[in-house]
Amino acid sequence: MSVMKKILSTVAVTATFFAGAAQAEDMRIALVVKALGIGFFEAAAKGAEEAAAELGDVEIIYTGPTDTTAEGQIEVINALIAQQVDAIAISANDTDALVPALKKAMDRGITVISWDSGVAPEGRELQLNPSSSPLIGNMIIKLAADNLPDGGDVAVLSATTTSTNQNVWIEEMNKVAGNYPGINVVATVYGDDLADKSYREAEGLMQTYPDLKAIIAPTSVGIVAAAQAVTDAGKIGEVNVTGLGLPSEMAGHVESGASKSFAIWNPIDLGYSATMLAYNLAKGNAEAAPGAEIPMGRMGTLTLDENTEGAMADPFVYDASNIEEFKSIF
Amino acid sequence: MSLSDRHIPDRLTSPLQRLFRSWEALLVVVAVAIFITNSLASPYFLNAWNLSDATFNFTEKAMIAFAMALLIISGEIDLSVASIIALASTAMGYAVQLGAGTPEIVVIGLLTGLICGAFNGALVTGLNLPSIVVTIGTMSLFRGISYIVLGDQAYTGYPSDFAWFGQGYVFWVISFEFTLFLALGAIYTVVLHKTNFGRAVYAIGNNPTAALFSGIRVARVKFILFLLTGLMSGIAAVCLTSRLGSTRPSIAFGWELEVVTMVVLGGVNILGGSGTIPGVILAAFVMGLVTFGFGLLNVPGIVMSIFIGLLLIGVIALPRIWSRIAARRA
Repeated sequence: MSVMKKILSTVAVTATFFAGAAQAEDMRIALVVKALGIGFFEAAAKGAEEAAAELGDVEIIYTGPTDTTAEGQIEVINALIAQQVDAIAISANDTDALVPALKKAMDRGITVISWDSGVAPEGRELQLNPSSSPLIGNMIIKLAADNLPDGGDVAVLSATTTSTNQNVWIEEMNKVAGNYPGINVVATVYGDDLADKSYREAEGLMQTYPDLKAIIAPTSVGIVAAAQAVTDAGKIGEVNVTGLGLPSEMAGHVESGASKSFAIWNPIDLGYSATMLAYNLAKGNAEAAPGAEIPMGRMGTLTLDENTEGAMADPFVYDASNIEEFKSIF
Repeated sequence: MSLSDRHIPDRLTSPLQRLFRSWEALLVVVAVAIFITNSLASPYFLNAWNLSDATFNFTEKAMIAFAMALLIISGEIDLSVASIIALASTAMGYAVQLGAGTPEIVVIGLLTGLICGAFNGALVTGLNLPSIVVTIGTMSLFRGISYIVLGDQAYTGYPSDFAWFGQGYVFWVISFEFTLFLALGAIYTVVLHKTNFGRAVYAIGNNPTAALFSGIRVARVKFILFLLTGLMSGIAAVCLTSRLGSTRPSIAFGWELEVVTMVVLGGVNILGGSGTIPGVILAAFVMGLVTFGFGLLNVPGIVMSIFIGLLLIGVIALPRIWSRIAARRA
């Protein structure tokens, strides 16, 4: 043991000698994900490494359980507490079950934030949401308007009539529709998040509104079905499909031109921002309180609401210029 | 040479020799090796609080493993244990919504476990069905009920004093769960190795027909074993629910295989007839130490699973290989 210690301390001293004193003082930030081996989270880890490189004195521990269970994440959290990491940024498998373990982490002086999938407020200092409903509502109509300089008719293909998320986004979209003159939202139809029903609804829209210029589908099922319907109807170039979708599923339709652009959160930015926030809180540069504004590097600042939650940014736009890079990620 | 001169040894090997060659000795060696490796590999390992936190990785599973060991020795198996946890936890959460206090919650958790065990036992012994089929069925049934009751919701709001079972400490770093694990380990050691009931369990596992003709009430013993397994699952449900502070239908998902792994690693013959409780206790420590040690080094969970798998195969194969070599030499 003592020999081992000597070797270790010699190595450490040598390393310090060569690398300067900052090396030994690295802040360790753990990025805990729902499960390892998921493209979305691997991309987030890439963003975290980017933030670490920018900050210089940060070491990222990218970890998570094998399956998406709360029990697995608790074992990971216990191991991180034992290592006395400086901060934990977690995408949670369970809103409530992680609270006791994360409370213990905070009791032992570890900064805890949640991102993507949140933890109940008593188990974290802040929650980083990838975006917010007003930002999403604005983005989906903006994407349609950007490709229609002369205006025109657009229609919405949503999920079900009772889908909370989609309804809120469409409501937010209608609030800001006045900012996009010339764009007429002529109809909202529901494909129930089923591929075949969404496809038929999209077909129906094109028949009912021959002058239709764009279909906005704020659902990953609907957007793919609509793009397929446009392709099959031979209307590529006439009707643009946009909304929210996954790059892996939309790559073909972007290449064919059925969809000029669509949006969704960017996992790289999410991992980057989570790391920046954890760093600033752990360093004491900022405090997580309602109304606080916390810097997150190139992503600007995060403004916290009364539940100490904040929205990172507008959904990220994917088009022909970047779809190749992201289609293999998620 | 007269008859009285003939010497017939009681045993072929001395008790000491037997002890050294035993499975338990092998497990002790493995446990010590892992302990030393961990201490050298991570500076955070040898810390009373960290080791205490690490015990939570295996205590609940080990409690079930004790009863499961008896069941497997008798030639049966119960794969529904994790689902019993889910159902018991759901019942406890439901009781909380109705305003139950801590004593009532605990009683309801244990009772649910007993009822589930009785259901399994009645099907296996009453209708003479194979336990592996019955418990694969009840595995879906019990968790299915939890899903029907809870859906994607969670029960929270457990009383604060209920948290003691999963988060409380009896003395310094010795948690309630760890104390309970040791106490149950002692009780099961006595029951299996020092009582008539224990002898009956071995007899049934080796030859149920012979056991029946020797006057052992085979069905009754087996029924009691299913009851015990249900009760232990109920106790584990109380501990786990208390530790998580919430109930979701996915609670303890996949634990049945980890419990069986622990039992087999502990030297219990999966075909029945042999095995010891001290072996299971040691196996629990080995699995806990491996999980925690790898966690400290932030080794991805999948590598951990691979290691446990190899350990299991290795520990089972080694004695076989050993005896073949010994047989060839003789």
